[in-house]
Amino acid sequence: MDTDFAVVELTVNGIGHRVGVEPRRLLVDVLREDLGLTGTNVGCGQGVCGSCTVLVDGASARSCLMLAVQAHGADVVTVEGMATAAGVHPVQQAFLDAQAQQCGFCTPGFLATTVELLDRNAKPSEAEIRAALAGNTCRCTGYQHIVDAVVRASEAAS
Amino acid sequence: MTTTTGPTTGHSTAWVGADLPRKEDPALVRGSIAYVDDLRLPGLLHAAVLRSPHAHARIVAIDTTAAKALPGVHAVLTGPESLEVIGPLARFCAEEVVEHAIAVEKVRYFGEAVAVVAAESRYIAEDALALITVEYAPLPVVADAEAGMAEGAALVHENLGSNVVYQHAFTFGDVDAEFAAADRVVRRELRWPRATAAPLETNGAVVRFDAASGRMDVWSNTNLLNFGAWVMSATLGVAPHMLNFHPLSVGGSFGSKHFLAKQIGIAGALAKVTGRPVKFMEDRADNLLASDAQAPDRAHVAELALDADGTFRSLRIKVVDDYGAYFLLAIAGNTNPLSQIVGPYRIGSVTYDVTAVLTNKNQQGVLRGAGSDVTNWVLERLVDAAADELGVDPVELRQRNLIPPDAFPYKIPTGNFYDSGDYPAVLARALELADLDRWRAEQERARAEGRYIGIGVACAQQRSTYYASEFWFHNIGAPAPFTTTAESVRMRIGPTGGITATLFAPFWGNSQETVTAQLIAAELGVDPAEVAIDLAPTMHGLPSAGPGGSRMTVMLSGAVAGASKKLKDKIFEIAAHQLEASLDDLELRDGVVSVQGTDASMSLADIGMAAYWQKASLPDGMESGLEASFTYDPPFFTLPNADRTDLGAFYPIVGHGCHVVVVEVDPETGQVEFLKYVAVHDHGTVVNPRSLEGQVRGGIAQGIGVALYERVAYDAEGRNLTASYDEYLLPGAPDVPRVEVAFLQTPSPWTAHGVKGGGEGGRMIAPPAVTRAVEDALAPFGARIDELPIAMETIVGLCAPS
Repeated sequence: MDTDFAVVELTVNGIGHRVGVEPRRLLVDVLREDLGLTGTNVGCGQGVCGSCTVLVDGASARSCLMLAVQAHGADVVTVEGMATAAGVHPVQQAFLDAQAQQCGFCTPGFLATTVELLDRNAKPSEAEIRAALAGNTCRCTGYQHIVDAVVRASEAAS
Repeated sequence: MTTTTGPTTGHSTAWVGADLPRKEDPALVRGSIAYVDDLRLPGLLHAAVLRSPHAHARIVAIDTTAAKALPGVHAVLTGPESLEVIGPLARFCAEEVVEHAIAVEKVRYFGEAVAVVAAESRYIAEDALALITVEYAPLPVVADAEAGMAEGAALVHENLGSNVVYQHAFTFGDVDAEFAAADRVVRRELRWPRATAAPLETNGAVVRFDAASGRMDVWSNTNLLNFGAWVMSATLGVAPHMLNFHPLSVGGSFGSKHFLAKQIGIAGALAKVTGRPVKFMEDRADNLLASDAQAPDRAHVAELALDADGTFRSLRIKVVDDYGAYFLLAIAGNTNPLSQIVGPYRIGSVTYDVTAVLTNKNQQGVLRGAGSDVTNWVLERLVDAAADELGVDPVELRQRNLIPPDAFPYKIPTGNFYDSGDYPAVLARALELADLDRWRAEQERARAEGRYIGIGVACAQQRSTYYASEFWFHNIGAPAPFTTTAESVRMRIGPTGGITATLFAPFWGNSQETVTAQLIAAELGVDPAEVAIDLAPTMHGLPSAGPGGSRMTVMLSGAVAGASKKLKDKIFEIAAHQLEASLDDLELRDGVVSVQGTDASMSLADIGMAAYWQKASLPDGMESGLEASFTYDPPFFTLPNADRTDLGAFYPIVGHGCHVVVVEVDPETGQVEFLKYVAVHDHGTVVNPRSLEGQVRGGIAQGIGVALYERVAYDAEGRNLTASYDEYLLPGAPDVPRVEVAFLQTPSPWTAHGVKGGGEGGRMIAPPAVTRAVEDALAPFGARIDELPIAMETIVGLCAPS
């Protein structure tokens, strides 16, 4: 019998999990398939487009390039963990207000990147915002409404 | 004769044109929307595809024994094995260009499918691919159109006897005489690059086949729903009425997901063989290698004949287009531009000479603009070239030749009509917003400092709302079976007054739910937030062609108007009966029917309850329930003539735009920095301004992409060099400028509310404006730009001392 299996313990959106995985299994597949959190989307599987970005211990991470075993002991937040019973996260609200999404496929990744950016820099300039978003590709919007949403979110937080 | 005015409808808010949040958005920001890859069915298997490492080769032998033996593998199929359960792929070309979901006998492009696997997981399926061995006998590669046309070239399809799959010179008017009489002919050889939509979500399909009933369910991000799920019947071997296609939310298409016959065929074959539901989801390499969505790859010889005073006379374009290995849509990408080939200008005659060549590349599909993006660029390049040669201002040359606002409806030489417009006003507004004079001064000052600022202006068309003849009129003299592309809506007012609208097309990233709710609000005087939207599978389907060709808002406007009329007729009949009033005295406002000048009224809830549960209170003979559907056909079209010297009106709802672009180019690095971007568009009446602005800005980003970055590249052996996002370059947030968008609204005389489509204009107008801006910046180097994309290394080369 094959014993090449690992047990990963991680917290996702505040809930603890123990998951048995092959060592090669990607974090995004654990999130999407094992835990049913399909809000995280895979755009390229090559770490280029940023659609699969989630927060791992508060830092943005490409869940399509990260192995599940690397998330052992980590605190992961996906798009499903952003809203609370009280309503959507202020960054989500800013994306709604700015109409920052068209097809929505890249949106969860942009939300994660934005949360990380505003944690580090509460009042980013437009150039800083565009630089921070450079690792996330959107094919629909031309980015302007997304940049506007990040500005709104930073203003709402102050 | 007695005329009655009938009841009236009013509302407190002008919902058409209201700047409302999109109905689609809350689910998108919560991640709760379902794309095809999110779908999980009990017993679902996962497919993976083995792809050819050769662009052209005979398949000598395939050994799948080891793959089949791998634990967790349910089925492995080669092309010949797949033919036991599925047929060849549906195609829209008349020529015998036969394609299979999995290659049979030979492969015709790098990345073509040679075997597929269904397994318990995608991991196992990909493990199995590594265990398949294929013996190939390589054939000479037809690497591009020129090679394909050469004497003695290898044949991509031997049965055709030639790689030139289609050739025809469409001529409208006496072009030769006009050229002979012209004072000047401006000629350019212009090269447009093979691009692709590359949406963030790849193509996919989940197929479930129930052998007991013979029914097949398909969940896919295709647009092939009521539009033509039935054409997949022969491929899948399932009777059309037993095929049920389910609409899903789609992670971007831009035209690339119109059919997906191959992806659905692969999942369908595996579902039939395994008896289990099967998902095939392309990975990014699958998508960039083999998604059948590459776009025009054209070499042009383009000529504009004009008088000494700059008046345009005639246009001649000879195009050779590299179609790749198959011919799914025939030359639709070249018939589409015949709807607006003269652009916004008075040009009296045209020749458009098309040569379509098959090569060893993945085939063409559709990409936003559908070929008209290319001809917009070609025509605007000619206009800029003419201005340079005549020594006149490019803006003045355009102003001199624009179709005047009193000329509409305007029939262009090809036979298509432009419904309405005010092109000089659009140009004037764009110049005003851009503050062009200031930038001209800035440009001069910068040049004195050794900095290179350039200005580009483009005026171009955005046809919308197509009609089916586009897909067959290139077959000269052939009969015309398909004469509509309709769109439907079903509307229901429930017993408590709640309104549900059912649509028959998928969500493609556009705003069909938002605009439908706004249109219903306008018709019934209710709040759009109260309208629920549902998408129906094809078993419950009504005629629909779905999003594409910038048609949805136009078509939904007509469909909602029609269905609302039927509903209102019944609402007023019920109210007149219950309130004992004359129809002429009734008024529907803010969801309440009242007798004008009295307190007597009924809410939609009162009427709904009566309609569903109170038969005795309905007029005699009235059917219970309160539901109506309406199928709206394109509002204006005419048929082509037999020899195709008049193509008829086939794309007559025509928008227009003007872009003014200011860039600064660094001659040492080739970097292009945008200093100003203004886009003024006229798409008739605007239903939701922010959503339309989003379409324009997103389209411009894609236009910048094709102007500066995007190209599907193949090497001399036909290997695709751009099979990842690292190599196929998409513009990112730092590469795309802030775009100032303004709308002028010239209503269409032919559509409900005067709406025109606007989904493609950004991408169709940006490339010529950006090209000219870069060329203008590099004017001190004598640079002339005849080819896209304008890569950084190209710019450095243009600026290098020779």
